[in-house]
Amino acid sequence: MSVEILNVSKSFGDTHAVQDVSLTIEQGEIFALLGGSGCGKTTLLRMLAGFESPDSGDVRINGESILALPPFHRHVNMMFQSYALFPHMTVEKNIAFGPAQDGLSKQEIAERVDEVLELVQMERYRKRKPAQLSGGQQQRIALARSLAKKPSLLLLDEPMAALDKKLRMRMQLELVSIVEQVGVTCIIVTHDQEEAMTMSNRIAIMDAGRIRQVGTPQEIYEYPNSRMTAEFVGSINLLPATVTACAESTTLQLKDAASTVVCRDTRAREGEAYLVAIRPEKVALSTEDEAAGPNCLRGVIDDIAYLGSHSVVHVRLENGKIMQAHMSNVSRDARTQIDFEQPVTLSWEPESVLLISEDD
Amino acid sequence: MKLTKIMLGFGFAFLYFPLVILVIYSFNESRLVTVWSEFSVKWYFELFKDEQLINGFLLSLRIASLTACASVVFGTMASYILVKFGRFPGQTIFSGLTVAPLVMPDVITGLSLLLLFVGLNELIGWPSARGATTIWIAHVTFCIAFVTVVVSSRLREMDGSLEEAAMDLGAGPVKVFFYITLPIIMPAIMSGWLLAFTLSLDDLVIASFVSGPGASTLPMVIYSSVRLGVSPKINALATIFVVCILISSTASWWLANRFSPASGGTGKTT
Repeated sequence: MSVEILNVSKSFGDTHAVQDVSLTIEQGEIFALLGGSGCGKTTLLRMLAGFESPDSGDVRINGESILALPPFHRHVNMMFQSYALFPHMTVEKNIAFGPAQDGLSKQEIAERVDEVLELVQMERYRKRKPAQLSGGQQQRIALARSLAKKPSLLLLDEPMAALDKKLRMRMQLELVSIVEQVGVTCIIVTHDQEEAMTMSNRIAIMDAGRIRQVGTPQEIYEYPNSRMTAEFVGSINLLPATVTACAESTTLQLKDAASTVVCRDTRAREGEAYLVAIRPEKVALSTEDEAAGPNCLRGVIDDIAYLGSHSVVHVRLENGKIMQAHMSNVSRDARTQIDFEQPVTLSWEPESVLLISEDD
Repeated sequence: MKLTKIMLGFGFAFLYFPLVILVIYSFNESRLVTVWSEFSVKWYFELFKDEQLINGFLLSLRIASLTACASVVFGTMASYILVKFGRFPGQTIFSGLTVAPLVMPDVITGLSLLLLFVGLNELIGWPSARGATTIWIAHVTFCIAFVTVVVSSRLREMDGSLEEAAMDLGAGPVKVFFYITLPIIMPAIMSGWLLAFTLSLDDLVIASFVSGPGASTLPMVIYSSVRLGVSPKINALATIFVVCILISSTASWWLANRFSPASGGTGKTT
């Protein structure tokens, strides 16, 4: 039951909400649309549900276009950001609402309700009204309701937005395990990169109505294809540099610094300008004044953010720029071993370096 | 602290002292409304013997309940169009005209409706005579405005994704309206009904314009009898009314509390 989105575009007046988006989502896949507010991810989701119709392009499920179908005839169900549980109905009636529209018999409907309530472990709450449930419980009921019709495609609109952080972490994993148990193809819209990475098999990063990169969480994090995706997911150090030599490895001269960078990226040609991208956790921080060489920069500690498991250290380089390094707090006194204005050396492996085109 | 209590007492007295006097004097034995003689309930019995008053009361009740029902239907339709249909050509004019009767003086509404009915009679021969039907039509026209205001505010605060969710689960637009939207806005429709009922029951000016011979609503009967001198019967009638209003407003307050979102009744989700 693959879902194909083919060259879909949608404008509201002068705003191009979605521009020429194409995606293929495989059967059983959990796919995340990740992007900031106004990037078009919600519009795309609403087009799949049938609440908006695209100006051009096509949406196919199992090869058949669903664009001509109104929302109530699509085999697509959505879990709304506000959950949209019907306040005047009990949990049971809320869940039964979908199957009842299909004209199932009373017994079949009751079986469906039991089945999904068991799936989300909410059997005890079947007679309650939504207002008598906590946020996490409401979310489970909303999920159960959207699964009760056994849809070909499940849409989750910012599923964790209404939950507090601790509950969010737990519900992310739980929701994934329920969705995987059912085996339904699922598209999640979220602005939270951690949520996207925790929950999905693949992620599409959207910006200004366009898809910027599609890949597994690891691909997106380790090999961002542009400055936008690199900066959107996690934090990253970007240093402008020019290629001076390319052989088995590429050598670059950093701008406003004497140091050179060596990396394994062999696409680069001599004289080209790039951004050298290094994730903070791949930067090693040393208090010893090591011999200057390639992939080595000196500086002083500008700021330390102690986060418990690790500390984020901001190092002011000799050219005044700030570079981030993560220091794992392996020993309990790790934090006390460094101090503000202390001279340090930053170094990294050639394998950790990624080159990103400057003009992006 | 003491001053505020005195002020509060003064305010309440200003508002309700006349009512209290009225209730007390309804138990006055004397024929003269302003002179107290002794306690008696005879005016209550006199009241029930007065056929004109009873007929006026029954007519008013009939017109008021029919008015409330019709204006709730039309008012809900108007609210739905105003809130849910987005922008459409003439929307501003439509919403303006819908609520205009709220600020229109009764005299003007009454006169214009009278002219309409007279004109219609000449043109198409209907309404052949003015009476209960014309009063009902007139009352519906201005009660729609009140119902629209009450219902549309409720519709506006209703979470629109509820309707989308119902549609997503396979319900067509008509089902969505009757199974989701209507139950959720029902408290507003009920208070709209009560409001229309009260307004219709209370109206004197418009009814006087569009009424015909033989169709006298209660306010009209009272008004004309008061012109001949206030009878203590009116005091008794007013007391019954005050008691009825007290009971019904307590009931509606209780209902509103019972169905508030906090107690798991009809309300918005977070």
